[in-house]
Amino acid sequence: MKLDSKIPSGPLAEKWTKHKFNVKLVNPANKRKYEIIVVGTGLAGASAAASLAELGYNVKAFCFQDSPRRAHSIAAQGGINAAKNYQNDGDSVFRLFYDTIKGGDYRSREGNVFRLAEVSVNIIDQCVAQGVPFAREYGGLLANRSFGGAQVSRTFYARGQTGQQLLLGAYSALSRQVANGKVKLYPRTEMMDVVVVDGKARGIITRNLITGAIESHSAHAVLLCTGGYGNVFFLSTNAMGSNVTAAWRAHKKGAFFSNPCYTQIHPTCIPVSGDHQSKLTLMSESLRNDGRVWVPKTQEMAEKLRKKEIAPKDIKEEERDYYLETKYPSFGNLVPRDVASRNAKYVCDEGRGVNETGEAVFLDFRDAIKRDGEDAVRGKYGNLFDMYQQITGENPYQTPMKIYPAVHYTMGGLWVDYNLMTSVPGLYALGEANFSDHGANRLGASALMQGLADGYFVAPYTVGDYLANLPYEKIAEDHPEFKKAEDDVKARVKQLLTINGDKTVDHFHKKLGKIMWNHCGMARNAAGLTKAKEMIRSLKEEFWSNVKVLGTGEELNLSLEKAHRVADFLELGELMIDDALHRNESCGGHFRDEYQTPEGEALRDDENFAYVAAWEYQGDGKDEVLHKEELVFENVKLTQRSYK
Amino acid sequence: MNLTLKVWRQRNPSEKGGFKTYKISGISADMSFLEMLDVLNEDLSDKGEDPVHFDHDCREGICGMCSLYINGQPHGPHQTTTCQLHMRSFKDGDTITIEPWRANAFPIVKDLVVDRSSFDRIIQSGGYVSVNTGGVPDANEIPIPKVIADESFDAATCIGCGACVAACKNASAMLFVSAKISQLALLPQGKVEKRERAEKMVAQMDKEGFGACTNTGACSAECPKEIKLSNIARMNREYFSASLSTENV
Repeated sequence: MKLDSKIPSGPLAEKWTKHKFNVKLVNPANKRKYEIIVVGTGLAGASAAASLAELGYNVKAFCFQDSPRRAHSIAAQGGINAAKNYQNDGDSVFRLFYDTIKGGDYRSREGNVFRLAEVSVNIIDQCVAQGVPFAREYGGLLANRSFGGAQVSRTFYARGQTGQQLLLGAYSALSRQVANGKVKLYPRTEMMDVVVVDGKARGIITRNLITGAIESHSAHAVLLCTGGYGNVFFLSTNAMGSNVTAAWRAHKKGAFFSNPCYTQIHPTCIPVSGDHQSKLTLMSESLRNDGRVWVPKTQEMAEKLRKKEIAPKDIKEEERDYYLETKYPSFGNLVPRDVASRNAKYVCDEGRGVNETGEAVFLDFRDAIKRDGEDAVRGKYGNLFDMYQQITGENPYQTPMKIYPAVHYTMGGLWVDYNLMTSVPGLYALGEANFSDHGANRLGASALMQGLADGYFVAPYTVGDYLANLPYEKIAEDHPEFKKAEDDVKARVKQLLTINGDKTVDHFHKKLGKIMWNHCGMARNAAGLTKAKEMIRSLKEEFWSNVKVLGTGEELNLSLEKAHRVADFLELGELMIDDALHRNESCGGHFRDEYQTPEGEALRDDENFAYVAAWEYQGDGKDEVLHKEELVFENVKLTQRSYK
Repeated sequence: MNLTLKVWRQRNPSEKGGFKTYKISGISADMSFLEMLDVLNEDLSDKGEDPVHFDHDCREGICGMCSLYINGQPHGPHQTTTCQLHMRSFKDGDTITIEPWRANAFPIVKDLVVDRSSFDRIIQSGGYVSVNTGGVPDANEIPIPKVIADESFDAATCIGCGACVAACKNASAMLFVSAKISQLALLPQGKVEKRERAEKMVAQMDKEGFGACTNTGACSAECPKEIKLSNIARMNREYFSASLSTENV
């Protein structure tokens, strides 16, 4: 089967404009005859649901949280990129496009990425119009900062809470449509399956998390805006509830899953402190603008630090190794995330880590405070410093922060074409849930941009194009396919509740996380991956025979919710391993020990691997089939990424 | 450390709830409060008892999903969210009492989980600027003085957790409602609808059954995001000026 990305022909800069003209339109009076399901209410979901409802479609919006405002987009700290060139520093749509393609290590589509850069400017206008209080200069105009991996200042921000402010903007637009009666909200409701009738997505099955009721929802199109799958690692910066279930169930119903092995390990997170830890906390990448990353030059010195025999301030300037500044003079501490993370791992592997576990490096603000004063630093990062102190009990104004990489974002996701449609007609994936724009590595401040681009400015056009060819009649919710999907979900609930084993769900989740982190984390190799596959298979077997899920299916039952999610993570984990094992190259966040340059940088193999891997589900326990979408580069030249 | 927990347990809204006492040991000072509850729940599950249900999600202090009334204070002893509260704030041998938010407008769902959809309905009644996607002016076309933008931002940081309501003897939602009204009333984008917005949001707040303001300021003192009491004054001003004039001439 040949995957058709449906990238419009013609010059790069004209593709989207041309496509917008070519898409079919639905008559305004007919839009109300269509019903669209949006699953997830983060940036992608809330913006899509609101925008589609404004156009006149009837929308049902689902989220598992108690309110749409809680989706995990809210936790994004640093900012959102846009090619506004307000700073007159040489930015342009083409430069943002180029940086994003290069940052993704040439594993994303030119057409999609250019469109993303193109609509980025509209996003900022939209958010400001909604009342999003972005940071401003004294003259009243918008402020910008530079962000990891970019040499221009194109990042718009709202202190360290940009995601919160953007999500509350989208949530307010969504709320307005709820009041208008165009959106019906279903909070505390989890999607359990997609219903496919005659090859088209025609609805979903949900579980009401309060009552346990399994329900059918019929619609003309289904949009999955359900985020990433970083929690497969157990410890990540994702929210506790973030999961792959919606995307995975769609995958099992025929939607291809792309590049699952591309995971982003964020360099600046608070290090793990013990086994009790439930999640990791990110310290915004923006801190790298003013903080300097270092470890002691010698192992002996690091050991003394670990034993607390000396404090960081006792280490003299000439005994400090500012390894990013030395190794990458032009980008310094602002190298992209994958490069920063890998180098932190290298110095810690050399025994130069600075905390008790030996897995931490310093992020030091001493020089910034000396240069700009403590107040200026507080003005920029106050809330982040407070958060750090809250969690670690250390004051970062006086002693350097300790940071270590942690799983943060997943570039892989459901395969989509240019219209953001998956391989199942009528089923779309937006935001982090799809694979499309970040290649093998995402640049900082690009996730918010993509979520809102997909929701505000792409889906409203492309979904209409699909609906225009669809009859108004909905499939009845008592159609045999709905009935069958409902029965399958009920059977699975029952199965989980009757295993009655003696290990909790978290036990399995933690074990899976360890396997993934050790063998499919910051660096991977064939031997480790092969071993991990076996380990996951037996863990999965053990899960289905020995998990303990208490309570009933007809009430709020947190362990049952979690059991569903972990069961899906177990299956996804195996696919991630397969994907990582088959990709015999290193690129972006996927680093194979066997494939590196003499300097230890990722060594791509463009001849054999310049494609999108799209995996097709074959049935329980069977190896999935790989489809390849060749990546065509007409506007950029593939080079070895260099930040030196 | 070893602790005694007195936890509110209630199977569902209609059943009568009550405190249950649990002993818990091996708690490290580095754990967050919620991680301590995770340990309790693993213990309970191992024993075949139903785990304690509580709301939580991001565990970074920003989603607003976690709640808990800890030793008589919303989110516990510090002005932060429960997920950011760490066990180093407690001593070995302490007894900790954990209750859900108590307010008529936040009915209990189960154990420590409450229903805060009344907050969503208040936002739906007018907590937005009525613009559709597309067709908006360039972002830099409306300069906004930095002090105004910053003040608006301070109000906009509200996470909608409901601690203000839980802290108030009257279970008033005025701090929450006034934060949104302030954020938008301060900005030129939100000024157009500011009167109608104040009237509608206040009406919805009353309809949901939240109480009147006590003027004691407990809400602001307990707010994990330090939303200022002056927002309530601004809301009152907007509300009264709305009742004295009309935008629809």
